[in-house]
Amino acid sequence: MSELTKSTAGAGPAQTAPAAPAEPAIARVTQWGEIRHRFLANKLAVIGLVLVALLFLVAIFAPLLSPHDPYAQDLTNTLQGPGGDHLLGTDALGRDQLSRILYGSRIAVVVGLASIFLACVIGIAVGALAGYFGRGTDSVLMRIADVFFAFPLLIGAIVIIIVMGRGVTPVIISLAVFSWPTVSRLLRSSILSVREADYVLAARALGANTRRIILRHILPNSIAAVMAYAAFNVGGAIVAEASLSFLGVGVSPEVPEWGNMLAAAKDFMGVKDYLWTYPSIAIVLTVLGFVFVGDGLRDALDPKLR
Amino acid sequence: MTTSSITAEVPRQRGEGAEGPVLEVRDLHVEFKTREGVVKAVNGVNYSVSSGETLAVLGESGSGKSVTAQAIMGILDSPPGRVSKGEILFQGRDILQLPESERRKLRGPKMAMIFQDALSALNPVFSVGNQLGEMFRVHQGMSKKDAKAKSIELMERVKIPAARSRVNDYPHQFSGGMRQRIMIAMALALEPDLIIADEPTTALDVTVQAQVMDLLADLQREYNMGLILITHDLGVVADVADKIAVMYAGRIVEQAPIHELYKRPAHPYTRGLLDSIPRLDQKGQELYAIKGLPPNLLKTPSGCAFNPRCPKAQDICRTEVPALLPVTERDGTELAGRGSACHFREEQLHG
Repeated sequence: MSELTKSTAGAGPAQTAPAAPAEPAIARVTQWGEIRHRFLANKLAVIGLVLVALLFLVAIFAPLLSPHDPYAQDLTNTLQGPGGDHLLGTDALGRDQLSRILYGSRIAVVVGLASIFLACVIGIAVGALAGYFGRGTDSVLMRIADVFFAFPLLIGAIVIIIVMGRGVTPVIISLAVFSWPTVSRLLRSSILSVREADYVLAARALGANTRRIILRHILPNSIAAVMAYAAFNVGGAIVAEASLSFLGVGVSPEVPEWGNMLAAAKDFMGVKDYLWTYPSIAIVLTVLGFVFVGDGLRDALDPKLR
Repeated sequence: MTTSSITAEVPRQRGEGAEGPVLEVRDLHVEFKTREGVVKAVNGVNYSVSSGETLAVLGESGSGKSVTAQAIMGILDSPPGRVSKGEILFQGRDILQLPESERRKLRGPKMAMIFQDALSALNPVFSVGNQLGEMFRVHQGMSKKDAKAKSIELMERVKIPAARSRVNDYPHQFSGGMRQRIMIAMALALEPDLIIADEPTTALDVTVQAQVMDLLADLQREYNMGLILITHDLGVVADVADKIAVMYAGRIVEQAPIHELYKRPAHPYTRGLLDSIPRLDQKGQELYAIKGLPPNLLKTPSGCAFNPRCPKAQDICRTEVPALLPVTERDGTELAGRGSACHFREEQLHG
């Protein structure tokens, strides 16, 4: 803890040092410095950050970390328990479990981040327009959002994937298509209050155009909730993606992916439990990591929300 | 330094070149459509401001003074707000006829507004230097570096100590008075011809009020701008304004050169306002208050809107709306620049 506070206190003046070299005694606290400090003071958030960082490292260095080729079948060594050459055992086709879990993190990261990013892009655009213009625009856009919101995610995703074919891209698109309404609703509601703020009126009185008012004055003041939501829900997207694969409509079954592994493991439940426990642990740790980061981010961005 | 001396020259020439008042509001009507009906917030307001002149607009909450200002600036919330009638002549042009894009170009370089609460009128997520610089970057296409230098210059102009080191601070890190100075600096940035200050000192404590008011008056003289000062505080405007318009229920009930209004009000409402200022020589006595409440603008009283609260109301006050008419001395000579919307204005004036 003391190390953390020390490091943030040290980072504060170092960052603004070139601006005010004459007075090093006064440590200037920038807004980001404050947010970072609040985030790092939150133990759960730090744990989450470590988990997420680990996930990213594993995803990047999966080829280096994996002891075996995740695709390589070894039919003489199927369903080996953990230990020996295969640390987490092998599956029904003799593929190394550990390697498949490590490689699985790649799909999890890509799908989780990309689908939330896409959802945010759509959601922010729709939410900003609805919130700022209000009235007819608002009603129309929000009713469209309601339709997507009400549609069951898995059914909708399956339909999209059937039309587009299997693969990573259709999974990303189908997850984004059904999660943007939450983003747009969150943003819309905070814009409704920010829009009435005096600084928006002041910006208009000083000749700012609509685009500038939305992008510069309204969005930065209402985006906090969306950022927290996004971090929070990367985990959710990863679970949804695993569910799609588990149901056999995600990525191809031979691809090392956590949902695929669980789907293959379900036939051996109660017999070869290590087949489903390890991928499940990977999913749980990943989701927890993102949830903790999301929580920490929300508290750090707006301590009043606590 | 050279730049500031050049810029100080420009508005003076501009002021001399302009014919007539900078701003003239003619018979302005503003209404708001609400669920309960049409709220008539402004009902035929006329006033004008010349360069270098300060007009104080005085009124209670809901008297239409801020709405008039917003209509001039073109930042009325519309819908529901709407200018239903009238003209707003800015440098001789009726700006109500201009398309929105043209009007937007006026805001900032030609007319600017100072808001009551600087903390909420400044964007909390950007540094003040960034927000001041935005004026130059957007309206004049200045580079980030130059804009920052200009921001520091502006902050020095409005007498913010240590401007150079505070330029990167955020609004919440400033005191109320300093924030209001930043608001003033922002409005002044492009040296507009007209500034509307909507209760610029209401959110400040009394000692700071005087400083900010003085600063505003100094800068106005220096730049030779027209200034509309909206307030509900008679004490604030006495030393600063040239003339005053008192508003009640969306109408101007009295207008006068500032000192004459204090000496001899010609409307019972103004009289009441003056009498309700606490005075040292009347210590211990009960303070006068105008009875009743401001009228509901959904249904203003018939006749003179002030009649239910007026101590001198007669039958005619309940039936006929008094027009804003010139007032005269006892001998019949017209008093320059004075007007009162009271049926008994002469009696009120001469006691």
